[in-house]
Amino acid sequence: MKHLISVLVENKFGTLNRVAAMFSARGFNLESISIGETEDAEVSRMTIVTRGEDRIISQVLKQLNRLVDTIKVTDLTHQPHVERELLLMSLKLTKTAQHEIFELINVFKGKVVDIKQKSITIEVIGSPDKINTAIDLFRSFGIRELARSGAVAIHRGES
Amino acid sequence: MTEPGQKLNGSEIFFECLRRENVEYIFGYPGGALLKVYETLHDVKDIKHILVRHEQGATHMAEGYARATGRPGVVLVTSGPGATNTVTGISNAYMDSTPMVVFTGQVPSSLIGNDAFQEADIVGITRPITKHNFLVKDVRELASTIQKAFYLATTGRPGPVLVDMPKDVLNAVCDFEWPESVEIRGYKPTIKCHSNQVQKAAKMIAKAKRPLFYIGGGVITADASEELRKIAIDQDIPVTMTLQGLGAFPGDHPLSMGMLGMHGTFWANQAVNNCDLLIAVGARFDDRVTGKVDTFATQAFKIHNDIDPTNVDKNIKVDLPVVGDAKDFLASILSELPKSHENRSAWLAQIKAWQEQCPMTYGVEEDSLKTEFVIEEVSKQTKGHAVVVTDVGQHQMWTAQYYKFTEPRSIITSGGLGTMGFGLPATIGAAFGITDRPVVLFCGDGGLMMNIQEMVTAVYNKVPIKIFLINNSYLGMVRQWQELFHKEKYSFTDLESSNPDFVKLAEAFGCRAVSASTPEAAKKAITEALAYNDGPTFVEFRVVRKDMVFPMVPAGGSISDMLLARLNPKTMV
Repeated sequence: MKHLISVLVENKFGTLNRVAAMFSARGFNLESISIGETEDAEVSRMTIVTRGEDRIISQVLKQLNRLVDTIKVTDLTHQPHVERELLLMSLKLTKTAQHEIFELINVFKGKVVDIKQKSITIEVIGSPDKINTAIDLFRSFGIRELARSGAVAIHRGES
Repeated sequence: MTEPGQKLNGSEIFFECLRRENVEYIFGYPGGALLKVYETLHDVKDIKHILVRHEQGATHMAEGYARATGRPGVVLVTSGPGATNTVTGISNAYMDSTPMVVFTGQVPSSLIGNDAFQEADIVGITRPITKHNFLVKDVRELASTIQKAFYLATTGRPGPVLVDMPKDVLNAVCDFEWPESVEIRGYKPTIKCHSNQVQKAAKMIAKAKRPLFYIGGGVITADASEELRKIAIDQDIPVTMTLQGLGAFPGDHPLSMGMLGMHGTFWANQAVNNCDLLIAVGARFDDRVTGKVDTFATQAFKIHNDIDPTNVDKNIKVDLPVVGDAKDFLASILSELPKSHENRSAWLAQIKAWQEQCPMTYGVEEDSLKTEFVIEEVSKQTKGHAVVVTDVGQHQMWTAQYYKFTEPRSIITSGGLGTMGFGLPATIGAAFGITDRPVVLFCGDGGLMMNIQEMVTAVYNKVPIKIFLINNSYLGMVRQWQELFHKEKYSFTDLESSNPDFVKLAEAFGCRAVSASTPEAAKKAITEALAYNDGPTFVEFRVVRKDMVFPMVPAGGSISDMLLARLNPKTMV
């Protein structure tokens, strides 16, 4: 099954390579990986989406922990969490489709970030599932280019 | 020793750090990026530098030294090709968990990434084969990085650590600072075992009817042989060992079952598959041990103690994992165990019956020489007291089978990676560390040629090693598989017409050398070699050419289905 793993790592060059190389060296699936600084400039957070049976995921978590540059490894899959991904997508803009495109942007609570005579660039934020659905539905208008950030995730706060 | 706060250049800092880490020997080779270091080294008297003839040799020497002494081996090589030549040795140390610190020179920081002369991204290259590695970008970080490197290499599950030092960093000057302690946020190895798990394990051990210890190199690394010996003997628990675990329990004790796995003893493998409790300590259920995993120790409740959590449930699902240091585990078990235990005489009798059913034997003929005889003779003459280094192949397995290792840190062999060419340099390194026991090498004619250049290092330094060449003029283990499993297509394994005259070759290096081809001559040559201590001595044993190592579990087969002797290959699948 799909697992969402959050990893705090030392914010040093080469760390991303160490993590990614470990996945390929051990034959683990790596669906997406995203990384950015945290509130502590010396620490980055990686969000990793991977798939595998429990035995494999348990190895993934242990192998991640084993890397010297990883500080904390959390499998968020079965814990309360928020997961988001950013989609940037440029579509062909035609008079006939214009109305439908704007309606669909509203449905996904998306934003127009750039518009020209023949093209429109939009952003959509949501769970990777929502992003998949959005891409499916916008496809009929003609996707010129798209970029996905990969998932980022965090624990839900305590009440 | 230099006081903190004093101004030093990078090269001086380098040696000052090695001094503080109590480094005795550096195995190294100079080059452009290291000129400043070798300039400083010229006046360093308290750390001995051993000049090798190839950087791979340096890494294996460092590993031999580390495995023999338990202290980290240190390597110093230049950038580019110097650095890439260390890759095999680093990989070997990584697979066999040997503490080692490799220092590489690097082109000046300003040129990194420009495809400069003798530039290689050695940090990138060695990331997957080091426990960790560093590129030092600022001289002010050099001392703390070196300190971290030694700390990482020697604690937890040991392993190789590489420190890449650009030329400008080695020239730059700063105040020398030596941190009082090492703090690495993401690195906290579990040493102490969980007490609940230990109590459960002790209960299982006390009530088991057919228990078996499966001991790996972790017990030797953790210096836990004494604890193991006490438990096994007090509790009547037989002990089988992996290739790297040999010597953890005395091989001449009745409870010793010898090695298990692909070329293990028949009775050890039978015991694994019939025991009701398997206590794995510092071992990792390697495929050469388990054979087909579905049929491995299926009747047993499995306890697994290892310092590296990734080893738990990696190859075999275990019932009771205990993460922590082997010494802590065994010492805690010892204090938890009740005085009385189950009667195990039926179990021990069963094992004895297996031993009698398929003993380890070989025939001796007057006019031909068998490797088993040579190894057993060395074992007798050294009373199992030598430090024995091997290369890789048939002779390695025969060494494991026929040398009676009586104490820990006695076998130094390339287990995980199976590196031909490991033997000779590792023997030299071991002999720098150990001077009160004979240090002997068993090596094949294929492997010897892979690092033969280090004969220079042995002769020049008058290292009193005994080089026992087992010459069958074949790549014997490959030939064995070709005969058994590959339709007797002996592709490129017959070296007879291409091998050099080994005695003349050794003599050309300035080494005392003799050849023996009968049991009588072999005995005499071994006695003389063991008595000679003025430098290396070389004996070529011209052994029968087509012997095979048995018993054997075919790769991927179940360990209960061992080939006990040469079979007609036509009947094999």
